[in-house]
Amino acid sequence: MLAEIIKIIFRFILLVLVQVLLFNKIRFAGFINPFVYPLFILLLPVRIPKTLLLLLSFITGLTIDIFSDTMGMHAAATVFLGFLRPAILKLLAPRDGYEAEASPRLHQMGFLWFLYYLLISIFAHHLFLFYTEVFRFSEFWYTLLRVVLSTLTSVLLIIVILYLFDRQKEKH
Amino acid sequence: MRNLFLFLSRNYFFILFLLTEAVCFYLIAQNNTYHNAGMLNSANQVVASIYDGVSKVTDYLNLAENNRRLAEENAQLRAMIPASQFDTTVVKSTVSDTLHNQQYSYIEARVINNSTNRRNNYLTLNRGADAGIAPEMGVITGHGIIGIVKEVSAHYSTVISFLNTQSKVSVRFKKNNYNGSMIWDSDNGPTEATVIDIPRHVPFKKGDTLVTTAYSAYYPEGIMVGTVKEFYLDPGSNSYQIILNLSVGFNDVSYVYVVNNLLKAERKKLEDNLKDVSRNN
Repeated sequence: MLAEIIKIIFRFILLVLVQVLLFNKIRFAGFINPFVYPLFILLLPVRIPKTLLLLLSFITGLTIDIFSDTMGMHAAATVFLGFLRPAILKLLAPRDGYEAEASPRLHQMGFLWFLYYLLISIFAHHLFLFYTEVFRFSEFWYTLLRVVLSTLTSVLLIIVILYLFDRQKEKH
Repeated sequence: MRNLFLFLSRNYFFILFLLTEAVCFYLIAQNNTYHNAGMLNSANQVVASIYDGVSKVTDYLNLAENNRRLAEENAQLRAMIPASQFDTTVVKSTVSDTLHNQQYSYIEARVINNSTNRRNNYLTLNRGADAGIAPEMGVITGHGIIGIVKEVSAHYSTVISFLNTQSKVSVRFKKNNYNGSMIWDSDNGPTEATVIDIPRHVPFKKGDTLVTTAYSAYYPEGIMVGTVKEFYLDPGSNSYQIILNLSVGFNDVSYVYVVNNLLKAERKKLEDNLKDVSRNN
């Protein structure tokens, strides 16, 4: 239990640093911003209390906000993601449910399951984030294009990150 | 009453979600004003010192380019000092320097964090109130304008980049005095800006230089902002829209000067009086 908590804190620091020091500087093709830090919320244990989930989402978003001077924007989007996560997990639940202590992991749940999980979650997060940033509907289609392309880029980068750093359990 | 509690306990997750979102949007609204509680931004000591540490390392990557630029600027400045100019006038009397008061002083600073890929971009500088920086000072480099100081802490300050959808800078052609407004949208990208309100009778061509005007309380007059890339007549109006190549490379800016306009308070007071008068009439 304690080991799991330390791991989660470590993952939080790592994802925040990677996001603010690397991916915040990147802009593919002029308008695609990848955001990989929502992975932290997605990898939390399945049975985490909902209140704690919302609180952690808020803290994660706020930390990114403080680093990128976008006060409240990332917090709002990440809280939205935290709110949706129980519903998304329910939607994607395997026939015999989740294991009691499980966290959603790539190598346990299978590639296709995890891809669906990422696509739905990251799309919801980016949708909320980009429309909050623009805050008007006059550029509706352009913003939607940015959301879709950024979602695909973020998901791709997250999968790369998972294959690089989260593979030790593949052995058994 | 019992029903109310029942309703709350059934929907507590949704209600908690709405409350948290309310806090978030309150923060967003707060951040759109000047001078808010200056803790939760990148001028914060912890955040800024992380950026500072990282930029100390990454600065080495741009060292050659920065040296070249500083040398270039030195050469330009050296050309301006009287010692490097041939004197064609015969000096008959000495000019008393009491005629010239210092209007601008400059504070050197290093950019330790910079964004160019959002709609509203910000920079963080490694100088703050201790170095004499205050909110609403202009920020420039040897190549052009950068933005306006937003908040300061003791050792750091945040700057609203010109790459911001709310930016509006008064500019004019260097060769004549016709002026317009320079604005920016994320469609422009970090290397371009748009100039509006140039009347259709103004003569200019591609490659012409635009500089800042004296209208601005933030920037000194005559600082280059960019050159004309392309232009077209606004349909249905009598003015040109000009796409500008910005003279500053926002993507790799590292050393900047913060402009302290020593006469700003005096000018502001005078201009505010004007507003009072017109309101009373």
